[in-house]
Amino acid sequence: MLTFSSLLRALPGNVAQGMIWGIMALGLYVTYKILNFSDLTVDGSFSTGAAVGVMLIINGVPALLAVIIAFLVGCIAGLITGLLHTVLKIAPILSGILTQIALYSINLHILGNKANQAVNVNEYHLLLSLRDTNKSILVALLFAIALMLILYWFFGTELGSAIRATGSNEQMAKAQGININLMKVTALALSNGIVALGGALLAQYQGFADVSVGRGAIVIGLAAIIIGTVVVGANKKEHNFLLLLGSAVIGGVIYYIFIGIVLWLKLPTNDMKLFTAIIVAIFLSLPHLKIKKKEKKDATN
Amino acid sequence: MLQIKNISKTFNPNSINEKRALNNLSLTLNDGDFVTIIGGNGAGKSTLLNAIAGTWFVDSGQIILDEVDVTNLAEHQRAKFLGRVFQDPMMGTAANMQIEENLALANRRGAKRGLSWQIKPEEKQHFIEMLKLLNLGLENRLTSKVGLLSGGQRQALTLLMATLQKPKLLLLDEHTAALDPKTAKIVLDLTEELIKKNSLTAFMVTHNMRDALKYGNRLIMMNEGKIILDVSGKEKEKLTINDLLELFNENGELNDSIVLS
Repeated sequence: MLTFSSLLRALPGNVAQGMIWGIMALGLYVTYKILNFSDLTVDGSFSTGAAVGVMLIINGVPALLAVIIAFLVGCIAGLITGLLHTVLKIAPILSGILTQIALYSINLHILGNKANQAVNVNEYHLLLSLRDTNKSILVALLFAIALMLILYWFFGTELGSAIRATGSNEQMAKAQGININLMKVTALALSNGIVALGGALLAQYQGFADVSVGRGAIVIGLAAIIIGTVVVGANKKEHNFLLLLGSAVIGGVIYYIFIGIVLWLKLPTNDMKLFTAIIVAIFLSLPHLKIKKKEKKDATN
Repeated sequence: MLQIKNISKTFNPNSINEKRALNNLSLTLNDGDFVTIIGGNGAGKSTLLNAIAGTWFVDSGQIILDEVDVTNLAEHQRAKFLGRVFQDPMMGTAANMQIEENLALANRRGAKRGLSWQIKPEEKQHFIEMLKLLNLGLENRLTSKVGLLSGGQRQALTLLMATLQKPKLLLLDEHTAALDPKTAKIVLDLTEELIKKNSLTAFMVTHNMRDALKYGNRLIMMNEGKIILDVSGKEKEKLTINDLLELFNENGELNDSIVLS
């Protein structure tokens, strides 16, 4: 039965989940938008964050501390991608893929050689859980706001602006005495730390960590960033950095509300990833298609 | 100031594309020298500048800058001593950062970058004063993205950035070649003004013989990775375009872009 109330009942859950993925998108924003580096590590580091978070909680570590440690472990994952790229000179995408593949095995080890591990909200004190979606939304929102403020501050510092310069123009950065390799490694570590933090939050929310929870994370993150930029109307005028970060989180929420509607309409969820990929592909190619159209128009004039 | 001792560089060694770009080249620059470098395509002019800047390491020889051996220093480590302006106006600035952010980055060239705020309030006033010197109205656009500026404006800004922290050596790699003649003239005059005002030592690669004669106190002509002419002071002032053309002819290195300039 397609009743509107059933959609409304499901909505808070979608918002909570979307916000957690929005947090993940904040991490992706650092590499994809600021460093101009397509980092595929995130599929692996998201699962790593989930695995580390859950295993620590099961072993008696407080939930908040577990999330922070998950962040640090995620940083290490990014560090490795950074070293593969800067020291061993492996291409960006391949560096990320290599770390991602390696993390799959490592994540299984972290999970005690199981594909998933449950963390029951009745047994452990968790920060958020799908049993209490309102509280989960609040907690996720607090994390998102805290991270946005930290990122806003960090990318306004000398170090942060050096990272932005590296992403904008490597040659210029070098000429200004910036160690671009160090900047890339730093940004990749920070990015994957945030992604892992998102993974740790999602695992608590859904009550388990799965080795493949991060599969396709990069596409969901990209979708969140792209939907967000569409919402704030990017490219029309310059936006405040804080607003751009916020738009990524909002993009994540909208994406999951969209998924909620797809589920409610009983559309085939197996095709969800296909839909997502098509939507992201369309939005990624839009600027290019617009230019082509304009060129054609100019040519005929 | 700058001592270059017997540097050599071969690109693509042991391949069909092998190119000996610098051939046992030696050169000493004095404090305050403003050197213009001319030569045909592939003579090694830009290669010489890149060798000094550390774009790659030389195969042999030594580069000493103000008593510091920089031969084995990475590009970003040498940046502390060097101001650089590139041929491509897009190359010297970060397009999606603001004018004041670009200037702040340049103001910290060679300094340690930590977690303090990227621009100090007192710096802004200084930036505004420096931008006024450019006469381009950029002082009113501190927070505009550099990508919105024209090629000439970006090159002028790059020049300002290169000299904001006085460099030991200013490297100008055909920095007006991509500009229209009028803008090129403005940028060149600005170059001369900044060099004089800050009493800088500078290298300027150019394709334009008239500019090479007009600017600077010393002129170097290169061919096949070697210096074939090095004149300064009075001797340079007496030099004419015909003299240079003759020299080019002797070396069989006359190309259209040089004749037409």
